[in-house]
Amino acid sequence: MANDVKDVDSHSGTETTGHSWDGIKELNTPLPRWWLIIWYITIVWAVIYMIFMPAIPALPGMGTNTPGIRGHSDRALVAEAVADLKAARTEQSASLLDASLEEIETNRELQQFALAMGESLFGDNCATCHGAGGRGAIGYPILADDVWLWDGTLDGIEYTLRHGIRHEGDPDTRFSLMPRFGRDGLLPSEEIDNLTQYVLRVSGQPHDAEAADAAALTYEQQCSTCHGADGRGDRLQGAPNLTDQEWLYGGTEDAIHATIYNARNSHMPAWQDRLDDASIKALAVYVHTLGGGE
Amino acid sequence: MTEMIGSFRRGNNTSIIGVGALTAVFLFFALLMAAFAKDAGMEYQALTFLVLGGAFLVGTALWAGGLVDRDPFDESEYENTLVKFGVAASMFWGIAGLLVGVVIALQLTWPNLFYFPELGWTNFGRLRPLHTSAVIFAFGGNVLLATSFYVVQRTCRTRLAGGMWPWFVFWGYQIFIVLAATGYLMGVTQSKEYAEPEWYVDLWLTLVWVVYLLVFLGTLWKRKEPHIYVANWFYLSFIVTIAMLHIVNNLSIPVSLTGSKSVQVFAGVQDAMTQWWYGHNAVGFFLTTGFLAIMYYFIPKRVNRPVYSYRLSIVHFWSLIFIYIWAGPHHLHYTALPQWAQTLGMTFSVMLWMPSWGGMINGVMTLSGAWDKLRTDPVVRMMVVSLAFYGMSTFEGPLMSVRAVNSLSHYTEWGIGHVHSGALGWVGYISFGALYCLVPWLYRKKGLFSKSLVEWHFWISTIGIIFYMVSMWFAGIMEGLMWRAYNEYGFLEYSFVETVEAKHISYMIRALGGTLYFAGAGIMAVNLIRTALGHGEAKALDDEADRDPYAKPEPRGALAPAE
Repeated sequence: MANDVKDVDSHSGTETTGHSWDGIKELNTPLPRWWLIIWYITIVWAVIYMIFMPAIPALPGMGTNTPGIRGHSDRALVAEAVADLKAARTEQSASLLDASLEEIETNRELQQFALAMGESLFGDNCATCHGAGGRGAIGYPILADDVWLWDGTLDGIEYTLRHGIRHEGDPDTRFSLMPRFGRDGLLPSEEIDNLTQYVLRVSGQPHDAEAADAAALTYEQQCSTCHGADGRGDRLQGAPNLTDQEWLYGGTEDAIHATIYNARNSHMPAWQDRLDDASIKALAVYVHTLGGGE
Repeated sequence: MTEMIGSFRRGNNTSIIGVGALTAVFLFFALLMAAFAKDAGMEYQALTFLVLGGAFLVGTALWAGGLVDRDPFDESEYENTLVKFGVAASMFWGIAGLLVGVVIALQLTWPNLFYFPELGWTNFGRLRPLHTSAVIFAFGGNVLLATSFYVVQRTCRTRLAGGMWPWFVFWGYQIFIVLAATGYLMGVTQSKEYAEPEWYVDLWLTLVWVVYLLVFLGTLWKRKEPHIYVANWFYLSFIVTIAMLHIVNNLSIPVSLTGSKSVQVFAGVQDAMTQWWYGHNAVGFFLTTGFLAIMYYFIPKRVNRPVYSYRLSIVHFWSLIFIYIWAGPHHLHYTALPQWAQTLGMTFSVMLWMPSWGGMINGVMTLSGAWDKLRTDPVVRMMVVSLAFYGMSTFEGPLMSVRAVNSLSHYTEWGIGHVHSGALGWVGYISFGALYCLVPWLYRKKGLFSKSLVEWHFWISTIGIIFYMVSMWFAGIMEGLMWRAYNEYGFLEYSFVETVEAKHISYMIRALGGTLYFAGAGIMAVNLIRTALGHGEAKALDDEADRDPYAKPEPRGALAPAE
């Protein structure tokens, strides 16, 4: 009935559509011109993009999608980029393989290349356990100091990288086992308590002197073969020095007790099956230069 | 006449009996599942359902028994009680979801401090889906339920259809939320982002959602207005499309009918594509069209001005829903997804820019003639700022969908910043605006308990959003650049952990921003509760002096004259 009577909004002077919902009306404002123009531009751009790039999926009678004028393919581009990178590195990688570890460290150019490569590899493969820059963590040795469980020389580091520590499946892996004195019932708990005091004394910490004395014989019989009569350890067996205040699993009374009770015997994988020779060499050089190389 | 009313009452009782019977059937299923549960997760979930569904059934029976002759679904009144429940649920889940967000932001910032290995369920992996589902589906979903039930009644000038069924939708949806949330904490998940609940929870939600659709359609069907208001188009597109997305993305085969685990029917890249078709359109049809519906009712109603352009609303509605549905592949750039599909996702995302902005233009320009309200009414300001964030994130989205940009932004914190400018700015603020409107309207008060508390909420939250967005832009672009940095020898410059470490300060700022936003929501909850209680400026309306011409539905059979 009111269709021929135009309802005009007094503020804007625009007609409404003539309906009202719960008091809400709608103006009959035309589409904003700038809005329409930008929209058309995006549509035109989309069509052009589809002409240039792989776009319309396989239609009946057509084996594949439209490849587009550019014939763009991510797969091809990635393969190309990888090949380029390999080519760019070939020369230096080859000289890395030919040179001995010592030569790498003395040849400045080669050393820079090895360090760059080593740092990148270390971040992706080693830092998960050993921390960024080899800062270490509880149970994971610090590689940036001069305390070495096995061997801190260039060749020694390379050997560890290749064969790992206690890595099953590599007969040449670095291997030693501390007995689980408590868990396997090798020593009564009282003796483990006394040994704990003994290790505290060796490491120069406050301790119960009577208990430590009582453990002297047990230490000599059970521990000194690996850790040495004076507690200075034995690198040939990866037995830690107990006197240097450096602890892989903590030097508190509880931590030492837990180590004697359970033993630790942590693992490191052998990397020679996962990384190529050049990578292992680069890593050895990198770790050697972190701060504590011998 | 009496006969007609009598038959109508019988109809209403039918809906109560129908809801009771359906709930009873599912309680029976739950009993069987609890009895023969194959795993602990299923057993807990079935028992949870038994408790909650049982409480609903008993509550309904007690309430219906106390009705005597009273018609609980009186056609001459709007269904307001249900909307009040929806508002309360929105506020409750909103606070809960934001709190979990703050917790996981702190976990990311100080992972050692907020790591509780003895409480496995507090792990980031469990809490992250709890946060996303709580804010999107529990908070956002309840806001949409409450406002859609309010708006569809007012704009159709008729009471909600279905008698008891809308109540089934509401409580059924709350049960869905609790099942999903407790499931996540126990590790019951199908590991699809934003679609984590397992098969039986999906089935329950499907049922609830179909009833929701029928209630909404039924109300539209019996409307007293000749035309369907634009907000209802948006609500309807949201309800229909979410049903479709939910069903297709959750197609799976349970390993056992009494076990919680299921296997997806799609695999590999098909599964990824289905997942992101779902994921992207959950953004499009849950977080965009649903909340645009809120905008289309609450902004013109609040500022008392006509909607800027009817034509724009038609064009941007149809173009938005047509184009949005194709844009999902932009989540899978540079993956195994065939390149033609990536082209499709990218080009449609770019073409989506202006249709998205149509809603912003229509909302903001509705204020012409009432710009002063931006200064005087913080609720209006909140809703208009929500449109500004909407405009910003719907520009940022197409930008990030461009493959060259995506190669930098993908997998970085930029994505997190992008969704949160949309979530905190757009979805959060338009919802808060609507809730600030609804509480005085529903409880018949002259205004909110305190306008200055709204000011505090607005400013604290806005600073929070800016901290959040800027810190995540910064962190995202930085880590994107770090990931692709090569040194002069062609090796990666940074290891992954270095890029994580570099974000620490940004993470701290983000956690601060999230905390501020959470604090704002707390202020709001106080304000709304005290408004409902009638404290402060929330004085009761004088029925004679403040008579609202739209307070009641049209009488039965009447059709509003076209004005």
